Amino acid sequence: MDSVLPVVWFVVIAVLWTGYLFLEGFDLGVGMHMLVSARSEQDRRVMLNTIGPVWDGNEVWLLTAGGATFAAFPSWYASLLSTLYLPIVLLLVALIVRAVAIEFAGKVDDRRWRRVWDTAMGLGSFVAAFCVGAALSLTTTGLPLDANGDRVGGPFVWATWQAVLGGLAVVGFSLAHASTYLALKTDGPVRVRAGRFSARIAPIALLPIVGWVVELQLRRGTAVTWLLVAVAAAAAAGGWVAATRRHEGRAFLGYGVFLVLGVAALFGAAFPLVLPSTLSAAWSLTVWNASSSAYTLGVMSVVAAFGVPLVLLYQGWSYWVFRRRISPAAIPAAH
Amino acid sequence: MDVVAIARWQFGITTVYHFLLVPLTIGLGPALVFMQWRWVRTGDDRWYRMTRFWGKVYLVNFIMGVATGIVQEFQFGLAWSEYSRFVGDVFGAPLAMEALLAFFVESTFLGLWIFGWQRLPKRLHLLTLAMAAGASVLSAYFIIVANSWMQHPVGVALVHGRPRMTDVWAVLTNNTALVAFSHTIAGSAGVAGGFLLGIGWYQLWKRRSLGIDELDADGRVVPGEDPAQPGRDRLDHRVWINTLRVGAVVAILGFGAVAVTGDAQGKLLFQQQPLKMASAEAACETGTSFSVLAVGDVSSASCANVTNLIEIPFVLSFLANGDFSTPVKGVNELIPQYQRAYGSTLPTGSIYGSRSGATIDYQPDMTVTYWGFRIMIGFGGIAAFAAAVALWLTRKGTVPRSKRLMQLAVFGILAPFGANAAGWIFTEMGRQPFVVAPNPTGVDGVSLFTAAAVSPGVTAGELITSLATFAALYGVLLVVEVFLLVRVIRGGVAAVVPELDAPPPTDREDDVLAFAY
Repeated sequence: MDSVLPVVWFVVIAVLWTGYLFLEGFDLGVGMHMLVSARSEQDRRVMLNTIGPVWDGNEVWLLTAGGATFAAFPSWYASLLSTLYLPIVLLLVALIVRAVAIEFAGKVDDRRWRRVWDTAMGLGSFVAAFCVGAALSLTTTGLPLDANGDRVGGPFVWATWQAVLGGLAVVGFSLAHASTYLALKTDGPVRVRAGRFSARIAPIALLPIVGWVVELQLRRGTAVTWLLVAVAAAAAAGGWVAATRRHEGRAFLGYGVFLVLGVAALFGAAFPLVLPSTLSAAWSLTVWNASSSAYTLGVMSVVAAFGVPLVLLYQGWSYWVFRRRISPAAIPAAH
Repeated sequence: MDVVAIARWQFGITTVYHFLLVPLTIGLGPALVFMQWRWVRTGDDRWYRMTRFWGKVYLVNFIMGVATGIVQEFQFGLAWSEYSRFVGDVFGAPLAMEALLAFFVESTFLGLWIFGWQRLPKRLHLLTLAMAAGASVLSAYFIIVANSWMQHPVGVALVHGRPRMTDVWAVLTNNTALVAFSHTIAGSAGVAGGFLLGIGWYQLWKRRSLGIDELDADGRVVPGEDPAQPGRDRLDHRVWINTLRVGAVVAILGFGAVAVTGDAQGKLLFQQQPLKMASAEAACETGTSFSVLAVGDVSSASCANVTNLIEIPFVLSFLANGDFSTPVKGVNELIPQYQRAYGSTLPTGSIYGSRSGATIDYQPDMTVTYWGFRIMIGFGGIAAFAAAVALWLTRKGTVPRSKRLMQLAVFGILAPFGANAAGWIFTEMGRQPFVVAPNPTGVDGVSLFTAAAVSPGVTAGELITSLATFAALYGVLLVVEVFLLVRVIRGGVAAVVPELDAPPPTDREDDVLAFAY
């Protein structure tokens, strides 16, 4: 059991990140589309209300990934966050700005007020997506850690091309994912434009994440993870074909499956390293040397075995309750 | 500036700010459930209006708690990586449980509640609110379990110099956690009660000053209505007098519970962290006397310049032990004990950085602990007394016309917030110089100096950057939050129940959202 539980928890963390990227992926993308695709205030309101009831629950996947990493792999939590100090602070600022922007935008019925918060929502979403991607990418490529897991070098040693690639990967994926989500969840002009985006621009937006996945596979991939990549690629291609034919549900599914399998391939290739040290392989954090005790992992396994299915159940129910498309006519006057 | 000092300021500012928002959420949630439950049960419109109005206040405040709470989940790893490594095996678990078992429920069901008006059946809709409000309370429990472990480590064994969890049940039922949790929940009820009371008072005063409500010969209220203003009808009077009374009762009960739980907590603290309590009481010398007023340099580490002007004999013994004779150990006796037990200088090592070998100052900042403790109790007591007076003054159905009294009631909203903040500042700063205080009776050897807890790889420049960023952002958000709250409160019921402004068209399409951002 002692050697199995850390692996189980590595999988749990991977699942939490997958859930986060899948769910908040379209939230962040919707935020960005409010800046890039919306043509009117009404468009932006339609977009915002597709995620209105669910965005906060989606963001908890990130908090849970953070808390679970702290509980199961304290050294991973400590080294990753302290080493990426400034980018994580930037991520937190972006998430704060975004959260209040969503809630405050509709609280005053004034065009300028709305505009300010809608812009904050768009920029916050972009910065948050970029920082999440950069941090995850650096988790797979490694950071200059010493024997204690602390950063060697200045506050900006993380500024590498891999960080940029990872950042663009999550930004691009979120835009693509949100376009199929909006096509599925809205009616009217937003639906038409989102459908067009999912067919024409989304494949290009997916290139950075493909680049990140393939680059990691070339270095660390195994037969299993390559298989995942192949199926993921097929799903993306299927999603794209569906998008060109305006099969909105299938397009959403295709890009979604692509993400799930792509992230699985990333974590699979990274295993058993959770945070490599670029200075010495002996200082890398692994599933084995970064994990909590078997007792703690056992306790947390019981909690997760009970909690995670429950979360899926009631979050799924909330999507069911709000399953209707949002059309411009459905938006009431502000109050 | 020393990195430890900057990191502590950052944690202090972000956490105290977060906890200005959280008690209102925790306390208002159950009050809101009560209002909506009354509406579902009786169909009385006044409860519907109260639910809508307080629901909006709740949401503006809730989102700020969510936003600032994100920082809390990650800042242990950011600036306190050595702390995270040291405590991770035990401290991370309640944090993860909080996210998985409380945050998910809270956020998902609140989303269902906000957008679920007219979409969910009434009872189910009420249940979603109850789930969200219950999850807020549950999250308070988990985070207090985590904090209490820092105050009183239990359920662990020391393995390779670090605590390893051996008994999760002991961690979850830590007596420190149980009293702190009940104390915090009671304090949150006090905050919400004061809020309801103050706003109810303001709205009733407004109705009186506009001449809508009059008094009869006995001084009893005669509610009126102003047809020119939507929402200012007779029912509106019931809304606010009910709000006021619910608030006053919640505040009195809350602060009563605060006193009971606080007494239990104090007795526990005298055993578990004697130096914290000795500082809180400016008890320099061992004895039985309780200090009412201490003057001089109460922040002096040596106690040399502290003079207790007014002391009441035997009371300190009673607070600590429940009798009048057992002497309570003073600071001057405790510090040498701590020095013998935990050393008088910090060890040498990379995690201590330039702090290696420095002298350990075991004296918590006495100004903060002494006055923090008194502000907490003073503000709480004043608020409870004011709530009782308010109930009496409004026994005939409305408030006096005095503008001064109204302003007092509105600014009185701040007192319970102050009491909560002072309590946390006291208990956190009173734990210094430890971040994990040693348990004098339980597990051996588990403690961590704050000086050993910061991230060794993070520079002072990074810390200052983030501290300045968070301080500026939180400052701006405070202005926006207060602006929005004042707007909602001034707008009264009409602004949140649009049907009052313009009745919904009967041909309204079924799929128009009842609520939209």
